[in-house]
Amino acid sequence: MPPPVTAENSKLNRRLGVDTFLTFMRVVMSTFVILGLLMFIGQQINPDNFVASRINSDATGLTAAQFEGLVISGLSQGAMYGLIALGYSMVYGVLGFINFAHGEVFMVGAMTGMITSNKLDESGAWESNFLLSLLFVLVIAIICSTLTAIIMERVAYRPLRGSPRLIPLITSIGVSFFIQNVSVVLLGPGAKSYPTLPDWLSKKRELFGFVTIEGTRLMVLVVAAISMVALWYLVERTKIGKAMRAVAEDKEIASLMGINVNRTIVTTFAVGGAMAGVAGILWGLLFRSVVHTTGFLPGIKAFSAAVVGGIGNMGGAMAGGITLGSAESVAPLILLEPWGIDGVSQLKDAVAFLVLIFVLLVKPTGLFGERLSTEDRA
Amino acid sequence: MSAAFVQEPSTEELPARRPLDQDWRKLLSYGLLLALVMVFVALTNMPVNLDRRMLIEPIFSMGYLSLFWLPAVFGLVVCREPVLAGMPSYAKGSREVLAGSLVGLIGGAGLSMLTFLLDNFNLREPLVNWSPQLLELLSFRQDTAFGIAIWLPIGLVLGTFGGLAHLFSATTRRVLSWAFVSVITFAVFETVILDLSEGFAWLGAEWVVDELYFIRGGLTMHGAAVLAVAGGLFAAFGRDRAHRAKESFQALEGTSRTRANAIGLLVVAAALVILPLFLGGITNELLANVGLFVLLALGLNIVVGLAGILDLGYVAFFAIGGYTAGILTTTNRGESWPDWMPQFYWGTALVFVVILAALAGLFIGAPVIRMRGDYLAIVTLGFGEIIRLLFLSDWLGGYTGAAQGVTNIGGVQVFGLATVKGTDPRAVFYLVLFFCAIAIYVSWRLERSRLGRAWMAIREDESVAEAMGINTVNAKLMAFVVGAVLASFSGAILAAKVGSVFPNSFIILVSIVILVVVIVGGMGNIAGVIVGSVVLIGILGGPRQPGLLQEFSEYKLLIYGVLLIWMMLKRPEGLVPNVRRTRELHQDEYLQDAWLRGEIDTDSEHTDDSHSNGNTGVLPA
Repeated sequence: MPPPVTAENSKLNRRLGVDTFLTFMRVVMSTFVILGLLMFIGQQINPDNFVASRINSDATGLTAAQFEGLVISGLSQGAMYGLIALGYSMVYGVLGFINFAHGEVFMVGAMTGMITSNKLDESGAWESNFLLSLLFVLVIAIICSTLTAIIMERVAYRPLRGSPRLIPLITSIGVSFFIQNVSVVLLGPGAKSYPTLPDWLSKKRELFGFVTIEGTRLMVLVVAAISMVALWYLVERTKIGKAMRAVAEDKEIASLMGINVNRTIVTTFAVGGAMAGVAGILWGLLFRSVVHTTGFLPGIKAFSAAVVGGIGNMGGAMAGGITLGSAESVAPLILLEPWGIDGVSQLKDAVAFLVLIFVLLVKPTGLFGERLSTEDRA
Repeated sequence: MSAAFVQEPSTEELPARRPLDQDWRKLLSYGLLLALVMVFVALTNMPVNLDRRMLIEPIFSMGYLSLFWLPAVFGLVVCREPVLAGMPSYAKGSREVLAGSLVGLIGGAGLSMLTFLLDNFNLREPLVNWSPQLLELLSFRQDTAFGIAIWLPIGLVLGTFGGLAHLFSATTRRVLSWAFVSVITFAVFETVILDLSEGFAWLGAEWVVDELYFIRGGLTMHGAAVLAVAGGLFAAFGRDRAHRAKESFQALEGTSRTRANAIGLLVVAAALVILPLFLGGITNELLANVGLFVLLALGLNIVVGLAGILDLGYVAFFAIGGYTAGILTTTNRGESWPDWMPQFYWGTALVFVVILAALAGLFIGAPVIRMRGDYLAIVTLGFGEIIRLLFLSDWLGGYTGAAQGVTNIGGVQVFGLATVKGTDPRAVFYLVLFFCAIAIYVSWRLERSRLGRAWMAIREDESVAEAMGINTVNAKLMAFVVGAVLASFSGAILAAKVGSVFPNSFIILVSIVILVVVIVGGMGNIAGVIVGSVVLIGILGGPRQPGLLQEFSEYKLLIYGVLLIWMMLKRPEGLVPNVRRTRELHQDEYLQDAWLRGEIDTDSEHTDDSHSNGNTGVLPA
C-alpha cells in the first residue's frame, strides 16, 4: 500500500535530487571563488606563505603594474562586449529570442572596416588624414552592419514570428553559420589585418597621473561611453525609444496604441546592428586583425554579458559586458592561479562561460535584474 | 501553404491573364535577387572549383550546373502562387513565360556585368577567392566580349524554360524532372557505383559501367541519354505502380502490417550486412563516417527531436567518449596517470565510456535543466567549449596530451578473433553498423515508452506536461543521459577508427553540423535522421570527413547554413517528417484547414473572427 500523501512527501513539495545537486554546485563554486581569492590575497602579502608553498609553489604574486594592465585590458574588452550585448539584449527584449547571428553582425562591421581602411591606406588618406578616414570607416562599417541586421530580420526572422520558440533560435544559428561562411568563400579563410595606426593614438599615456593606458584602449572606452549615452538618450528620451519599450512590453497593445510594430522591430535590429558595427571597428583597431570566426566567441560572450547584466536591461548589458570582460582577464590569475593550475591564460574563454553558469545558478535574472514582458519570461 | 494539407483540388479556374499584366515589383526584385545570387556564386569561385567534376563528358560540368540551375528555378518560382482550396485561381499562360524570361534576363545581365567588371577592374583585393580561370569560364574560353554578350541569351533561355514549366502538364513535368534527377544522381554517385561494379564484376557489371561512365569521370553521352530515358519512363509508367504499392502497404493493419514491416526491415538489414562485402575501401570508409554521424544524430534526435531541448554542446559527449576510450586503450598514455593503471581492451573501456558519458550528461544537464530553452542552448554551448578547452589545456595536459591529443590508440578486439582498426574500413563499418542498430532499437523503443511520451509532452508544452504529473526534471535529465551515451559510443568508435583523438576534432562546429543533420532529416523521426546523415554527410561530407562530392568541401558549411535557414523557414519538420511534430509545427494551418472544411465551429464559443487564429477551435477527435 502506498504511503498516504502528506505535505512532506507530495510530489509538489518534494525536493528533487537535482535541487540538492544545484545547491551543492552553488556552494562548491562559491567556496572555490572565495578560497581562491583568499589565497591570492595571501600570495600578495607573502608569496611563500604556508598555503601557497603547498598548493602553488611557484607563486610570485602580481605587481601593481601587471594588475593595472589586466584590469584595463579587461575593461576595454568588456566595453566591446557591452556594445555587442546591447544588440542581444534589445532584440531579446523585443522579440524574446536570442539572435545568435548578432556576433556575425559585429564581424561584418570589423570586416568592412578592414576593407575600407585598407583601401584608404592604399590611397594614402589613412596616413595623411587619419581622423577623417577613421570617421569614414566608422560610417561605412555602421551602414554595412546595420544593413546586415535589417536584411537578417526581414529574410529570416519576420516570417517566423509567432512560431515555436526554438525555431527562430535554430534559424539564427543557421544565419550565423551562413554569414561566417559567406565571409570565408568571398574573402578567404585567412586572418586579415588592419593598417597600422598613427603613433599618437597607439602610444601609452599617463592619465590622472597614476593610470597608464594605451591610446587605443582609451579610445575604446571613450567611444563605448559615448555610444552608450547616445543609446540611452534614444531609448529613454525619444519617441522611437518609447515605441521600442512599448513593443517590448506587449506587442499587441502597442499596435493598438498606434505603434507600427514591424517598423519598431526593424529599428531595434538596426540600432543593435549599428552598435555592433561600432564594436567591430573598435575590435579591429585594438587587435588589428580579423577572421571570419571573429564574431563567434565574442558574440556568445556578449550574450553571456547580457544575461549576466540582466537581459532586456540596457545599463545591465553594458555593466555585464564590463563585468565579464574584466572577469575574463583578471579571474584566471587571481582565482585560478592560486590553486596551482598551469597555463591559466588558456582557460580565459572557459572562465567567461563559467561566469555565465555561475550567475545563472546564483541569480538567474542577472546582476541588475531582467526586464522582459511576462510572455517572454515563461 | 495551407493547400499542402487539403487534398481536394481547387474547383474554379479563371482564364489566363494578359502577358503584360505582371506584378512588376515582384518581377524586378526576383530578377535582382537572381542576379545577386549568380554573381555571388561566381565570386565564390564555385564554378571553377566544381568544373573539375564532369557530369556528362564532354559537354556538361558541375561548374556550369552551379550557375545554370539558378535562372531556371527563379523563372519557375517568380510566378508561383499558392493555390487555395475552394478559391478560384488563374490559368497559366504566356504571362508566366514572359515573367520567367524577364527574370532570367536580369539575372544574365548580372553575370554579364560581373564579367565586364572582372575584366576591367581589380576586384581581387578584398575578394580573394575567385581565380583568373573564372573569367575564362564565364566567357566560355572565348574573348571577354563574347562572355559579356552570351550571358544575356543564356539567362533568357533558362528563365523562359523555367517559366514554360508552368504550362507543362503534371506528367510532363514529372517525366522531365525524373529524367534530370536520374542523370544527376548517377553522375553524383559515380564513385559508389564504380566501387560496387568491381564487387559485382562476376555479374558483368563492369561492362555496363564502362558504357555508362567516361574513363576520367563523368557520364558518357549515350549513358546519360539512356539514364534520362529510363528515368522518364519510370516517371511515366512505373511511378503509379510504386504509389499503389505504397498505398496498399499503408492500408495494411494489425499483424500483416507488422509482418510487412519486419520483412522490410530484414531486407534492409541483410542488404547492409551483405553489400559492404562487395564494396571497396572508399565507399566503406564513407559508409563508416555516415554511420558515426547517424549515431551522433540519433542521440541528438532524442535530446532535440523528442524532448525539445536544444543542446548545442552535444559535441562534449562525443569528446568525452573519444577521450575516455582513447586514454584507456592507448599504449602511449599521458605521464600523469598512475603506473598501475592497466591498458584496457576496447570493449572493457566501453563500460567506463558509458558510465562517464552518463555522469557527464547528468552533470551538464542538471544545472541547465530549469533554464529557459534559449539560455539552455547557450549554456550547453559554453559547456561544450569548456570541455574542449580543458582537454586542450596544459593544466590537464598530463592526462589528455593537450594539443597533441592521445595517439597510438589500439583497435577493437573482437573476442580475440580480429582487431578492428581504421586500416580496414569494412570492419569499422560493421562495428558502426552494430552500434547504429543498437541506437536505432533504443530510440525506437524509447519513443514508444512512457519516457518517450513524457519527452514529447514536454516538447509540446512543459507546463502542461508538469501539470499532467510528469516529472519533467527527471525526464529531461534522462534525455541528456541517453543522448550522451549514444554520442560517446560514436566518440569511442572514432578513437579506435582513427587511432588518435585531438581537441580540434571536437569543436562546436561539429555540434552544429549534427544539428543540421537532425533538422534537415526530420526532427523526432529515426528514419529522417538516417536520411539526413546519408544525404548530408554522405554527399557533402562532415566537418572533417570528405563526402562524395569532394569538390564541395569549401562550400559545404555554407550550404549547411543555407539549408538550416531554408528548412526552418519552409519545412521545419524536415525531409522525412514525424507526423506528430508536423502537426505541432503547422498547428495554425491544420486548424485553418479544418475550419475551412467546416470541422471546427469557432462561432459557437464566442464570435471570434480573428484571421488565422484558429486556436479557439477544437479539432474533433
